[in-house]
Amino acid sequence: MADILTSPHAGADVHHGKEIDYIEAKKGIWSWMSTVDHKRLGLMYFWAVVANFIVGGIFALLVRITLLTGNHGDNYFINAETYNRFFTLHGIVMVFLVIIPSVPAALGNFVLPLMLGAKDVAFPRMNLASFWIYIVGWTMAITAICLGMVDTGWTFYTPYSSTTNGPVSLMALAAFTLGFSSIFTGINFIATVHKLRAPGMGWFDMPLFVWSIYSTSLIQVLATPVVGITLVLLTIERAWGIGVFDASKGGDPVLFQHFFWFYSHPAVYIMILPGMAIISEIIPTFSAKTMFGYKAVAYSSVAIALIGFLVWGHHMFPSGQSQLASLVFSFLTFLVAIPSGIKVFNWLATMWRGNIAMDTPMVWAVSFLLLFTIGGLTGIFLGSLSTDIHLHDTYFVVAHFHYVMMGGTITAFLGGVHYWWPKMFGRMYNEGPAKIAAYLYFIGFNVLFLSQFVMGSNGMPRRYYNYLPEFQPWHIASTVGSWIIAAGLFLALGNLLASLRKPKDAPDNPWKGTTLEWQTQSPPIEHNFHDQPVLHRAPYDYRTPVSVDREIH
Amino acid sequence: MQQQFDASKLGMWLFLATEILLFGVLFVGFGLSQGRWPEEFKQAHHHLDRVLGAFNTVVLLFSSFTMVMAVNSASRSKRKATINYLIVTILCAIAFLVVKYFEYSHKIHEGLLPGQYFTYLASTDPMAKGNSVFFGFYFMMTGLHGFHIFAGVVVLCLLLKETIKGKYNAAYYTPVDLVGLYWHIVDLIWIYLFPLLYLIG
Amino acid sequence: MLPEQGSQHARHVDTLFMALFWLNVFFFVLVAGLAIYCVYAFKRREGVKTPHITHNLALELIWSVIPTMLVIGVFFWGAAGFLDYSVAPGNSLEIAVTAKKWNWTFTMPDGSVYGKNIQIPVNTNVKFVMTSMDVLHDFYVPAMRVKHDVLPNRYTEVWFNAEKEGTYHLACAEYCGKSHSDMFGSIKAVQPAEYEKWLVDGPPEWATMKPEELGKIAYEAYGCNTCHSVDGTKNTGPTWKGLYGKTEKFSDGTTTVVDEAYIKESINIPGKKVVSGYENQMPAFEGQIKPKLFEGLIAYIKSLK
Ligand code: HEA
Ligand code: HEA
Ligand code: HEC
Ligand code: CUA
Ligand SMILES: [Cu+2]
Repeated sequence: MADILTSPHAGADVHHGKEIDYIEAKKGIWSWMSTVDHKRLGLMYFWAVVANFIVGGIFALLVRITLLTGNHGDNYFINAETYNRFFTLHGIVMVFLVIIPSVPAALGNFVLPLMLGAKDVAFPRMNLASFWIYIVGWTMAITAICLGMVDTGWTFYTPYSSTTNGPVSLMALAAFTLGFSSIFTGINFIATVHKLRAPGMGWFDMPLFVWSIYSTSLIQVLATPVVGITLVLLTIERAWGIGVFDASKGGDPVLFQHFFWFYSHPAVYIMILPGMAIISEIIPTFSAKTMFGYKAVAYSSVAIALIGFLVWGHHMFPSGQSQLASLVFSFLTFLVAIPSGIKVFNWLATMWRGNIAMDTPMVWAVSFLLLFTIGGLTGIFLGSLSTDIHLHDTYFVVAHFHYVMMGGTITAFLGGVHYWWPKMFGRMYNEGPAKIAAYLYFIGFNVLFLSQFVMGSNGMPRRYYNYLPEFQPWHIASTVGSWIIAAGLFLALGNLLASLRKPKDAPDNPWKGTTLEWQTQSPPIEHNFHDQPVLHRAPYDYRTPVSVDREIH
Repeated sequence: MQQQFDASKLGMWLFLATEILLFGVLFVGFGLSQGRWPEEFKQAHHHLDRVLGAFNTVVLLFSSFTMVMAVNSASRSKRKATINYLIVTILCAIAFLVVKYFEYSHKIHEGLLPGQYFTYLASTDPMAKGNSVFFGFYFMMTGLHGFHIFAGVVVLCLLLKETIKGKYNAAYYTPVDLVGLYWHIVDLIWIYLFPLLYLIG
Repeated sequence: MLPEQGSQHARHVDTLFMALFWLNVFFFVLVAGLAIYCVYAFKRREGVKTPHITHNLALELIWSVIPTMLVIGVFFWGAAGFLDYSVAPGNSLEIAVTAKKWNWTFTMPDGSVYGKNIQIPVNTNVKFVMTSMDVLHDFYVPAMRVKHDVLPNRYTEVWFNAEKEGTYHLACAEYCGKSHSDMFGSIKAVQPAEYEKWLVDGPPEWATMKPEELGKIAYEAYGCNTCHSVDGTKNTGPTWKGLYGKTEKFSDGTTTVVDEAYIKESINIPGKKVVSGYENQMPAFEGQIKPKLFEGLIAYIKSLK
């Protein structure tokens, strides 16, 4: 048995209890700032993402509080201009600073090389560079916020964005910079997956997490430059008035939308694929059963990534693009729904006749299944031309994308955090509060966003500061939901932080996972493995029992 | 070592793919705008000097050749030859930039900067908008390309320094190879830019 | 769940909406039901060995092919509704719409101009030809299930046929800045005879209003407010405060005491006498303002002391 990893030479020293881990390997701030260790970089991204999530969340809570009442006088404590800035910053922070780096850059950086049995990513120094580029972009964004904020919506539509006041250019350049960080991370991961798999690990022996992150990276590399240059064009347009997008100067505002969505639609798959990646790890592990339809799930990631490039025009059905284009985009939109469906059914089939432990990560994963399904299915209303005309730019869209982005990706991310926490920090958190937090989140989430579907289909437009009185009950429900979800999130965070005060107590493989990251100690040593691990067992193979601790003789 | 080399090359190719997409957007935008302003674009491109453009094309093509030779010499540990070829490449790049400088200053002089600085035609002239959009793209595209050439010069100089120090030989010349790839892509982009901008219609 | 249905098109859209709703309920119940069933039925027991099922081609084909067929069906259904509504019938009544931060202006077929609130005949195809003076806006009438962006330097169209009399809310659905959410209006569908009457004398409530009140409506409806203030502040045009009775100086050096005749002339042919210190920027309104409102405007200006 114990056949996952054989390391004939290093075997001996592994048994002498825990060794100094990557956190303690070096001391001092500088050792963190200049680190090229993918695990430390992952950790730093992680804290940055958590901090930004709180910032984005606070903007969201302010948005919700404003909307408690429908008709605000001029003296309301948040006025219309401030409201517009709040939802813009909420969107920008959540998209560019939270969700895009959350899974790939934070968790992916930490886990991906471990899963491949590699010492590090292919280009460790480039990894460090991406992190610092992220920080530069972050600083620019925060500066823009402090300089009086931006009120364009996260979509930066021209000509509003090329004419409004405020540090729009700085914010656009911040997004551009963050894009480059994302491109470099993508390049790094692709090269890592191609070149640094453990001996014996073929493409179809890779954990599904790796497949998904690989597909994500492809999109990052191929789509991000487009939005990058588009935002530069916007900046130049603001600075020198060249009229690429400005109709009064001979440009075409719809062109901006094409360029923007050519990136931002694939970007939504940059967001969801990593979420799906995590779910594909958690479900087999907690069902203690092999993944059903491994290849189908792997290929569907790639299919989503590729078809996802061809559907951007579904954001523009009422915008004045040609009808033929709308028809084609609608059709392709439906096709891209199929691989997502395949994944959902494969996860269910994996749970079927499994041996399911409802530990915290699994609670998050099941929440994901329910929430993402609602989000995805409501995407069908939007992909369908005649219904989208009615629903476009209403709260129905707002609810749709929160169900997929937050209900999907953020839920999965939190599941992943609870799943890998013992590996990252070497501590087990308290199960009780962690589960309560997950349930609070689930309930709060539905109160918050189901009510928005009702408003949206009833014709409540988005980005509205004032609204008709008939919508007020639903807005109140939604705001109350936001408080419940906030309570859940703060509880989850507090619980996780509390565990850091304990001595390290996590076993190497608390969940009996089969992938390689569970075969090294918790937290891992600086170089991940003592010796090059060799893959003997396919991922998710539960035919032979998995023991809780390292399986090394 | 071989694995590392492969990885770097893969990484470089991916990076170049992003570069091509970066310019790709501008090409698409240019194409669509030309569809909107066909006459204006035709009129505007007469301001570009084909001779200078062609000269620059030749210069870049030649520099691509010297770059190939530089890589080739490095891979056979011929340090001296590598140094010479790199120097020629750098000189070509500088020549390109100098020519570009003269082209630009000529245009600025004529009032062809786009947008609010566009004074060549009165803003009431029906052709003015389309002309200005043309020069918007012209400066964006050639500017971005020029920036890439400039970055190339910097990187080539660093490479030259390391070569002089004798860092590269047949066993290890990855950086030379990678810079070579980069340089070819930058040249390639110019090969598309030149006819697009200078030879419309 | 859906707003009131104002047209045949709205009913078509709703049928599809409800069909999708039930289709999605079905799939959601399937997914959620299975997930929750598994959680309870296959709860962890120590020592249980799970079956090693790697795949099952038949099953996988079923859950790939059936959804594919379904969504292709949905595509055609949605596309049909879209195409069917996208081209206005040839005999439509044509109303021009101008969007400007943050107001709608309508030019009726007879050339008269209204802001925000208009009337249309019921059971008639009405086509709106729209353009924007500044940023993007979006013309959204929820009850008709129609929506289309309004772009600068370009004309876009929507049309509908209101089946029932009633007042339909018009909203701006493309973010356009500060007062985006206040950029609404109303479209009232009335019997054709009543519509014709309204075109001549405006809505019934005008009958009981004082001329100054009508003037105030006109001040906003015809967009005078974009250039003229009523509180003394200087704008593109001179303020109306204290205008009546004052002695106005013109750019050609002549002067006049402002009386009714002068005001009428200034509105009809503003270029004739240009107030000194201002450009001749005001559009001529000759023949565009309904008589009642015209009278109202004069009364309104008179009332601004
Ligand atoms: C994580 C991000 C994410 C994901 C994964 C998706 C997934 C999908 N989205 Fe979404 N979307 C957004 C984020 C995302 N979206 C955002 C941010 C916006 C708005 C941006 C803005 O304007 O600000 C948006 C807007 C948006 C629009 C534009 C709406 C408008 O503005 O008018 C459309 C229209 O087609 C759309 C469609 C879809 C579809 C069809 C899917 C599909 O991929 C979903 C596929 C999944 C399923 C279908 C569920 C599981 C499947 C089954 C259980 C099988 C059975 C299914 C069937 C029989 C159908 N989305
Ligand atoms: C990842 C994406 C994401 C997430 C997570 C959220 C989360 C939330 N959003 Fe969303 N939202 C967007 C992306 C997102 N949003 C986008 C892109 C837009 C469009 C913007 C535009 O129109 O331009 C939008 C717009 C938008 C609107 C529409 C505004 C309008 O159109 O006028 C509303 C209104 O209710 C809203 C509400 C909320 C609320 C209440 C939450 C809440 O769920 C937030 C709760 C979070 C907290 C309270 C923070 C607490 C966090 C922690 C304590 C950290 C925990 C960490 C660990 C445990 C590790 N958002
Ligand atoms: C595009 C801007 C603009 C709009 C819209 C506009 N005006 Fe004017 N108006 C001006 C300017 C500029 C002047 C001064 C120059 C002139 O006399 O022509 C002026 C002058 C006048 C005067 C003479 C004022 C004086 O001080 O002598 C009157 C009366 C007037 N406008 C009425 C109206 C009415 C009524 C409307 C709406 C139906 C209207 N204007 C709409 C720009 C505008
Ligand atoms: Cu006009 Cu929003
Ligand atoms: Cu999309």
